Amino acid sequence: MDINFTLVAQAIAFFVLIVFTMKFVWPPLLNAIETRQKEIADGLAAGEKGRAELEQSSKRASEALTEAKVKASEILALAEKRATQIVEDAKGTAKAEGDRIITGARAEIEQEINRAKEGLRQQVSTLAIAGAEKILRKEIDAKAHAEILTAIAKEL
Amino acid sequence: MATEHALTPSGYIEHHLSFNSLSIGNGSFWTINVDTLVMSVALGMIAMGLIWLVSRGATAGVPTKRQAFMELVFDFVDDQVKNIYHGNRHTFIAPAALTVFIWVFMMNAMDFLPIDIVAKYIVEPIGGEHTFWRSVPTSDINTTFALALTVWFLMIFFAIKSKGLGGWIHELFCSPFGTNPLIWPANFLFNLIEYVSKPLSHSLRLFGNMYAGEVIFLLLGLWAATGVTGTIAGAILGAGWSIFHILIVALQAFIFMMLTVVYLAMAQESH
Repeated sequence: MDINFTLVAQAIAFFVLIVFTMKFVWPPLLNAIETRQKEIADGLAAGEKGRAELEQSSKRASEALTEAKVKASEILALAEKRATQIVEDAKGTAKAEGDRIITGARAEIEQEINRAKEGLRQQVSTLAIAGAEKILRKEIDAKAHAEILTAIAKEL
Repeated sequence: MATEHALTPSGYIEHHLSFNSLSIGNGSFWTINVDTLVMSVALGMIAMGLIWLVSRGATAGVPTKRQAFMELVFDFVDDQVKNIYHGNRHTFIAPAALTVFIWVFMMNAMDFLPIDIVAKYIVEPIGGEHTFWRSVPTSDINTTFALALTVWFLMIFFAIKSKGLGGWIHELFCSPFGTNPLIWPANFLFNLIEYVSKPLSHSLRLFGNMYAGEVIFLLLGLWAATGVTGTIAGAILGAGWSIFHILIVALQAFIFMMLTVVYLAMAQESH
């Protein structure tokens, strides 16, 4: 229980231990912990930033999607209009073509009728001449009466 | 060492409370308690050396389990210091607190060793039979006084460093009551009491706790002399006391560290 030189020795040992801890133990541990704390803080900040960026880009994506939808519906409307127009055009063309064909056919029919009429006329005039010959029992100068015959033929 | 082999209870306790002292000069002051010194220096070297080994390979990345444990201790001490001291704690106070905590804890923890184990298996093969050997350095008043006095000198050093010699002397006479020359004696007396009581309470608290703990272990050990029943009862109670002692060992180390930090922090604050 006496105070003796041990006290001095212990004090020296204590002081040496403190200096040792101060110089060699504390700084590396502190450094490691503080570096890690900073890294974690940086990581959290980066995560936060990434989250914000993701939010922004998803907003941008949905905007682009909406825009695309609008454009698509516009294109669709345009295409529909164009299709109607094409159908209309086709209808018009077909009608014109039909008309043209009908007109052509009519003209042909007319021609055919005329030709038939002409043939008939000639036959009638021939018949008339033959009939007249028979009636008159004499020959008729075809040339002298041609004028009359033509007039008759025309009347038919 | 003239050892009595009288197997009386008081002889047993006296034997186990004697230091392995070595005289290095004339007078009772010039002796060294070899057991205290060897145990404490060895424990300090082992404990701080272990922390040093871990901290030398400390990485800022994923820590190993060993490093994580050391960081736990580090953080615990650092947190305590941070709450008390508001200057740059990393240069001195926090490492000093860590040293005090670890070292005192290790020295206190020697109380868990069975009373004679170090003497029987380590010292006797070297120094012969019945060599005195006390394995708890903190139950030696020299150790606790040495620690408290070192803190005391550091306290005065930091007080002078932060306030200047004039400022420190001024504070001795002018606080806490005022600057009037009439109350200078009262102020000085007040400060004197404070400066004397700090190392006393600091060292005696730790010493008293550890000494009492050791004496109780000795008394329980003594029970074995009464026969089988006494041995069993002593063993059971000894185990109980050991478990309770874990609390005391840790608590006293913590209190010693906290007082060290508080004293050093107070020294650097001006009143």
